[in-house]
Amino acid sequence: MASISLTVNGRQISGEAEDRTLLVEFLRGDLGLTGTHVGCDTSQCGACVVHVDGNAVKSCTMLAAQANGADIKTIEGLAGGGELHPVQKAFHENHGLQCGFCTPGMIMAATDMINRHGASLDEATVRAELEGNICRCTGYHNIVKSILAAAAEMSGTQQAAE
Amino acid sequence: MYETNYHRASSVAEAASLVSGSDDGKLLSGGQTLIPTMKQRLASPSDVVDLRHIAELKGITVSGSNVKIGAGTTHAEVAQSAEINGVCPALCGLAAHIGDPHVRNMGTIGGSIANNDPAADYPAAMVALEATIHTNSRDISAADFFVGLFETALGDNEIVTAVSFDAPSRAAYQKFPNPASRYAMAGVFVARGSSGTRVGVTGAGSDGVFRASDMEAALDANFSAGSLESINVDPSAMLADMHGSAEYRANLVKVMARRAVEAAA
Amino acid sequence: MGVEGIGASVARKEDKRFITGKGRYTDDMIVPGMKHAAFVRSPHAHAKIRGIDKSEALAMPGVIDILDGKQLTADAIGNIICGWMIHSKDGSPMNMGVWRPLAEDTVRYVGDAVAIVVADTKAQAREAAEAVAVDYEELAAVTEAVAALKDGAPQIHPEAANNQIFDWEIGSSADVDAAIANAAHVTELDVVNNRLVPNAIEPRAALGLYNAAEDHYTCWTTSQNPHVARLVMSAFYNVAPENKLRVIAPDVGGGFGSKIYIYPEEIVCLWASKCTGVPVKWNCDRTEAFLTDAHGRDHVSNIKIAFDADHRITGLKVDTIANLGAYMSLFSSSVPTYLYATLLSGQYNIANIHANVRTVYTNTTPVDAYRGAGRPEASFLIERAMETAARELGVSPADLRRKNFIREFPHETPVIMTYDGGNFDAPLDAAMKASDYDGFPARKAEAAGRGKLRGIGMSCYIEACGIAPSQAVGALGAGVGLWESAEVRVNAVGTIEVLTGSHSHGQGHETTFAQLVAERLGVGIDTVNIVHGDTDKVQMGMGTYGSRSGAVGMSAISVALDKVEAKAKKVAAHLLEADESDIVIEGGELKVAGTDKSVPWFQLALACYTAHNLPEGMEPGLKESAFFDPSNFSFPSGCYICEVEVDPDTGKTDIVQFVAADDFGTIINPMIVDGQVHGGVAQGIGQALLEGCVYDPDTGQLLTASYMDYTMPRADDLPSFSVLTTKTESPSNPLGLKGCGEAGAIGSPPAVINAITDAIGNNNVPMPASPQTVWAALKA
Repeated sequence: MASISLTVNGRQISGEAEDRTLLVEFLRGDLGLTGTHVGCDTSQCGACVVHVDGNAVKSCTMLAAQANGADIKTIEGLAGGGELHPVQKAFHENHGLQCGFCTPGMIMAATDMINRHGASLDEATVRAELEGNICRCTGYHNIVKSILAAAAEMSGTQQAAE
Repeated sequence: MYETNYHRASSVAEAASLVSGSDDGKLLSGGQTLIPTMKQRLASPSDVVDLRHIAELKGITVSGSNVKIGAGTTHAEVAQSAEINGVCPALCGLAAHIGDPHVRNMGTIGGSIANNDPAADYPAAMVALEATIHTNSRDISAADFFVGLFETALGDNEIVTAVSFDAPSRAAYQKFPNPASRYAMAGVFVARGSSGTRVGVTGAGSDGVFRASDMEAALDANFSAGSLESINVDPSAMLADMHGSAEYRANLVKVMARRAVEAAA
Repeated sequence: MGVEGIGASVARKEDKRFITGKGRYTDDMIVPGMKHAAFVRSPHAHAKIRGIDKSEALAMPGVIDILDGKQLTADAIGNIICGWMIHSKDGSPMNMGVWRPLAEDTVRYVGDAVAIVVADTKAQAREAAEAVAVDYEELAAVTEAVAALKDGAPQIHPEAANNQIFDWEIGSSADVDAAIANAAHVTELDVVNNRLVPNAIEPRAALGLYNAAEDHYTCWTTSQNPHVARLVMSAFYNVAPENKLRVIAPDVGGGFGSKIYIYPEEIVCLWASKCTGVPVKWNCDRTEAFLTDAHGRDHVSNIKIAFDADHRITGLKVDTIANLGAYMSLFSSSVPTYLYATLLSGQYNIANIHANVRTVYTNTTPVDAYRGAGRPEASFLIERAMETAARELGVSPADLRRKNFIREFPHETPVIMTYDGGNFDAPLDAAMKASDYDGFPARKAEAAGRGKLRGIGMSCYIEACGIAPSQAVGALGAGVGLWESAEVRVNAVGTIEVLTGSHSHGQGHETTFAQLVAERLGVGIDTVNIVHGDTDKVQMGMGTYGSRSGAVGMSAISVALDKVEAKAKKVAAHLLEADESDIVIEGGELKVAGTDKSVPWFQLALACYTAHNLPEGMEPGLKESAFFDPSNFSFPSGCYICEVEVDPDTGKTDIVQFVAADDFGTIINPMIVDGQVHGGVAQGIGQALLEGCVYDPDTGQLLTASYMDYTMPRADDLPSFSVLTTKTESPSNPLGLKGCGEAGAIGSPPAVINAITDAIGNNNVPMPASPQTVWAALKA
């Protein structure tokens, strides 16, 4: 058994898990954070994407023990103080989700993408950056639209703050 | 996943001792291949030794044209490295297209070359750049390092610590991905340096990464895409699967080589 | 239209839980004492089971029990059913073999369930499942339908000689043969419709809970139709009587048909819960999903289409062999018959049509309805043939189609459909305009300058959805009625609950159904709650598939609303001392027309429940229900135009433009309808360019059993789509709705292949048109 101690959505968490426990299993099973999903076994669908120390990572392809000491953010921790994150808001306004199963991973991937590219994101870049996230419902059309809208909104907000 | 014991190493020496002290231990770098393999129950190491927190495996140094990349450097770090981009942008471009953004945040250059997946990108660059693979016990030339499909010259418990190479004057990498997995079905790294042109090919060869010496000779004579027209890639030396027959891969190798030369020119 | 009523692009009410990680899917459910299941599955495509040795596995840590097919049979759990009887043309009933939820003596495909292991953890269950020693005697296997029909092929079920399930026909063969013999031109094509795996991103899951104290079962499951699941598990599988069985389909992560069926796993989890005394949860991993989710398509067909000298179609003849896999799944027999051959008239006036369909057992995963279900196969045949004919005749593909369009309605086709309305010119004109069809030659020349082969292709599809009426489908062999139910409950404070038998797994019912109520009663959608997916809460319903939830499900709500309104008006007239016929419902109030007298909705509701002052003899309360059975299918139609560029060096196809123009009748929420089209088109492009299920023909192993080998459409495989609509209302339901869920998957594959074949000048390009395939076609 491994002792796991990490920060999840700003809270210090300590627990025990088998060494083979995947981070996603720890989040879903031990912490009850079932917003992070599992859609494949080959590390391709991206339904499990969370942020580990600020970077988007597939939580199905990382042991919980590997994340020991890390700062994790999941979909449950994205909205702050009751306010939806701009990416969440954009997915809602642009119908960027249907069944909702890939959505947490999509939103976490989109947030990471916007953090790296900012307002310079264009459609081709968004589509290329979504290589690790599979959606079966939307045909990606409105996901791309949502991410571009969020990127514009977030860069606008930043400019206003500067 | 079968049961395993996780260890976090803080130095290369500790990692070597942990893995050698285990029944059937494996080194865990970014884990982007090993963990999926364990999840599918195709690998069942008794122990995994995590290299991700070893400071001596990190870092990128560029002095003059010499580039040294710590084995624990992630694909994302290579892709975004301004220093490497200054001398060998082709390598940044290659790293920027390995897997997807989330994989690139975890996967490392050391893990990639030590695994030597025949469809991985880095091996093509390593052989074309005539890189040196540094381990905790020796230096190995890329030409000697990559032995066959998933096989390298690494001994038991030998750990890749870094790779180094002299940046070529021109280089480019072009790959054609498998439509499903997005691994390379043919990836060609062309590098033109002081000792001539080197062409590394991944994804296609039935023995894994290889150098296309006839292309190199033709490009040494005339570094242009046109000089590859007369080259025949032998399908009998190619991998074949449902996504690409040997003939199709042979075609792709030539097309990707041509495009790499055009991009490097 | 109000801001939240019919026609408004309202952002979805259900989104908030999904975007904040608060969705509740079956695998998220936890009940006290819950244990985990893993299935022992056949590694062979065809084998006899000589024996099962569970002893080593039973002794492993955490293992509670291991149950096999013999125990299941001893407990009288029934066979998996097929719900649609088809008779062969000789009058004999279909030759259906036995499908046991756990195979007892023979396994017939890789993945066939043999036993269930229940253990403390999922990992322990899996390890024990690997340790169960099944002694198999391997038998020869066959995976392709054409091969399975041949003499000497491995025999899969004793009931089906030569593996043929039925040999069915529709239309007059003699008339069509005469038309072909007298034709000025005949276009003929051999076409394979590739086998697909639905791949809802949420893998299937089931949680079975048996409560011994109450002798009651609860099943949480990833279902598109929980009531049908309860009915079938009760009436046929003998799990429990309906009043002792509650089925809950909570948030479900996509279905596309694959979650219609009542699979072995949920039955076995319920049964295992009783056997073991613990709640049993199973969730599928992706490879297991590839092996066991019902697949789609897999037809091999020949089509001949005959024209007179004036290019009018005189006859159409189709011969199809359909692979149904190792067992007959729930609706498998209806897909290649009444959902397929009945649509072979397309948008065209064709006097003579004949189709012959043979269905075949093979050692592959069962095949059933997948998004479109028969209609994509029909539209692919017709629209490939029309485009090919236009090329052969040297006429414009649009003109050839226009010349043959049906323009008078109702129109009865020779394959028993009665098209009740439509305007096929409108979407064609709209799509050609939006795609700048006439400007294509210039774009092709420009692409040629860049070394790219540019092509354009169109498809004019028609489909039939909201399958109905029940009496007619019953006469054709259906085992169920295909109505829908609704209950509208106006609470005492005026808030509203709508209980619907439809099930939302991505379609946005919680929003669109509320929009209908908002439109009718003038209330905000936030005061309306849509309740679905739980047999304990909702009256019997038929669920969501076949693009039926709007045309049938919302129509049921509409009829229930009629009743609510009628009663509310009576009460309002009584309270306002006015004539009932003068009461209008507007802006959340009941008003006396032409006066300032009104009663707010909430006050009226309260009056119904206080019952202090109701009309003489009226029952208290305000709650009405309805069962709606449409008079006909609805017939969405449209025109899709696809433009591609092919890289001749690699064979890679890029879709550079995709225009979809659809006639969906009345549209409740355009944003949601557009989203349905986007998703459908993506799956259609997936079929055309990327997806295909590959079996090893010798061993019967599924070679495309993960996303490493099965090409799922990703964001960079697809363009942004240009989506527009035209409108003729359906006369077959009160709202004028047609279905929109499947159209994209039905209309797009032929448009894509027509474009690729145009680009490369070779008409023989199989699906999926992968880079390798197109490269080979370029060289041929």
